[in-house]
Amino acid sequence: MACNCCNGEDKEKYAELEAFIESLPTTKGELIRVLHRAQGIFGYLPREVQVYVAKKLNIPVSKVYGVVSFYSYFTMKPKGKYDISVCMGTACYVRGAERVLEALTKKLGIGTGETTMDGKFSLRSLRCVGACGLAPVVMIGDKVYGRVTPESIDDILNECE
Amino acid sequence: MADTKMHVLVCGGTGCLSSNSSDIVDNLIAEIKAAGMEDEVKVLKTGCFGFCEKGPIVKILPDNTFYTQVKPEDAKEIVAEHIVKGRKVERLLYMDPEKEQHISDAKHMDFYKKQMRVALRNCGFIDPDNIEEYIGRDGYQALAKCLTEFTPEQVIEEVKKSGLRGRGGAGFPTGLKWQLARANDADQKYVVCNADEGDPGAFMDRSILEGDPHSIVEAMAICGYAIGASQGRVYIRAEYPLAIKRLENAISSAREYGLLGDNILGSDFSFDIEITFGAGAFVCGEETALLRSMEGNRGEPTTKPPFPAEHGYWNKPTNVNNVETFANVPVIFLKGADWFNKIGTEKSKGTKVFALAGKINNVGLIEVPMGTTLREVIYDIGGGIKNGKKFKAVQTGGPSGGCLTEKDLDTPIDFDNLVARGSMMGSGGMIVMDEDDCMPSVARFYLEFTEEESCGKCTPCRIGTKRLSELLKDITQGKGTEEHVKELKRISQVIKDTALCGLGQTAPNPVLSTLAAFEDEYMAHVKEGRCPAGKCTALLKFFIEADKCKGCTLCARNCPVGAISGEVRKPHAIDQEKCIKCGACMDRCKFGAIVKH
Repeated sequence: MACNCCNGEDKEKYAELEAFIESLPTTKGELIRVLHRAQGIFGYLPREVQVYVAKKLNIPVSKVYGVVSFYSYFTMKPKGKYDISVCMGTACYVRGAERVLEALTKKLGIGTGETTMDGKFSLRSLRCVGACGLAPVVMIGDKVYGRVTPESIDDILNECE
Repeated sequence: MADTKMHVLVCGGTGCLSSNSSDIVDNLIAEIKAAGMEDEVKVLKTGCFGFCEKGPIVKILPDNTFYTQVKPEDAKEIVAEHIVKGRKVERLLYMDPEKEQHISDAKHMDFYKKQMRVALRNCGFIDPDNIEEYIGRDGYQALAKCLTEFTPEQVIEEVKKSGLRGRGGAGFPTGLKWQLARANDADQKYVVCNADEGDPGAFMDRSILEGDPHSIVEAMAICGYAIGASQGRVYIRAEYPLAIKRLENAISSAREYGLLGDNILGSDFSFDIEITFGAGAFVCGEETALLRSMEGNRGEPTTKPPFPAEHGYWNKPTNVNNVETFANVPVIFLKGADWFNKIGTEKSKGTKVFALAGKINNVGLIEVPMGTTLREVIYDIGGGIKNGKKFKAVQTGGPSGGCLTEKDLDTPIDFDNLVARGSMMGSGGMIVMDEDDCMPSVARFYLEFTEEESCGKCTPCRIGTKRLSELLKDITQGKGTEEHVKELKRISQVIKDTALCGLGQTAPNPVLSTLAAFEDEYMAHVKEGRCPAGKCTALLKFFIEADKCKGCTLCARNCPVGAISGEVRKPHAIDQEKCIKCGACMDRCKFGAIVKH
């Protein structure tokens, strides 16, 4: 029972999510698992997806929203093509992560949790990648860049073409 | 395997993988093949060696050669020289900073000399994706021993006798916890492994899961047998994709080998494990919050009692232990509780893994017997402070812990000593700070963290941490007064006394411990408008020292706001009103005449 209001691509995505939900032996207590999959499929969790999940699991939308907004892993905004995360773990912090984040904010003209107008970059801060030996650390997608300085961010951004 | 004469172990921990250790593996395999030695030399990607500062690490057995900071292009030389000709590649060996000599065997390096690896025993030795390698190092023997020689009660007795305490933070005795869960009858019980490592700056659980996942699977099964549970759950951070992959792999190979599932090893004990993903909430490290999250809810803690041992996951008796705690369990049965409780101090037995990071020479993952002093950890193992700076403090226990200083350096580290000094063991993050770190700023950093991570359920934590972080922000921005400091103390005490869970109750620790040791630094901020560490930009002032200034005008020409004036060849001066504290003048001055304080 995918909705009728969306385009073909969305339809496929909803169908994939529906198939996943139906493959679960029980939906009891599986909200977070379903949201993980939904974010994997859609890239983020917009209102419509949350409403859809609530309907499928037969729970109030407020509960879905409550969970989505509680956990930092879930996002309600689409990420950029290059999702940049600056590690703000303590090891990175004492080795100057704040200045790196500041420099990125200035350079990209967006704050943390935001995406550039052209959809190319999004910026986030995260807690400890576990690569403290390389502090301060910046991640773009799955790639980890170590010992980053405000001066070296240009080189890193230039790789994103 | 029988023909294999040499093993090349390449670190596949997150730190080393980030520095392309996968390419090193590929290149080594290709070079070995080109040399026609693929039958004699085996390349393995292992878990973390711990010496992350010098990664990526490549170790060659049997001669135990330890290569540091290896690049993919070094594979050719390692194979051509070391493997084919038996000559070590000198330039890649670890350089002892004091003796200025290369050291080839890891056991002679200061970093490893004082360590004792119990929880990390297999990390860096085995291929975590191969169950046979774990079995080859006595894996699953502890489980077999428990199932065939011990009753569940005897298993619990053995864990109690070992003196093992929970490694996740508070140090609750593990055997007692198991006993409580056993005592409650129910049709279903659960064993939960807390792998939601959220302390920023701690990565020991991740390294264990990445480097030795089977030890967790085995220990959870032992726990299941002891408390009478047939189901296990690992609650793991979704941000740890590699650890998840290795754990999934370990669980499925354990099933294939009949080490999980029905009637394990022919006994009437059945046990299986599922993985549940966390979604990034620090508070979920608290066990009641964790259980709520596992049930698909917001991770809000509940009051204890009832404890999870009575009403846990889906209201059933549940035993929650963290990764490092579980990693210790098989060893207790292999070597005996008596062996285990001889290590450590009177009330804290065994070893502890620490993630050593910050302003220290040897960043990495270390494991030392309880009772080792901070001085030994920081100076002997850690190699001292980076760039020859002066040690100022070490933060242990993450956002729930506190800062320890010079006077605490000779304290033997154990659960109780750290609490007595205003900090705590926590999960084992250890962040070293030097003279350039400003303590009110460090406290602000942690409080911003707890403010963001507070679940919002109880008022003292939700509002209290926000107020603390606002006060600290004011202080570091030069808007603080003595009232601010008083208020910090008052609110901290209220939060400590009234917050619902461990996160809230310990949230003021970073404030209280820095206030206790560095009150003068807070006072310098609020009374003199000065940041002694020179970190708080808003409080910095730049001055030109007249006796050093040659009047070259370089600074004045480079000042973006025209704040510097003076005649040629005469000392210049900075107009504090106009100065934006960018530091451009200081960077340009060739005579060191510009100072900030």
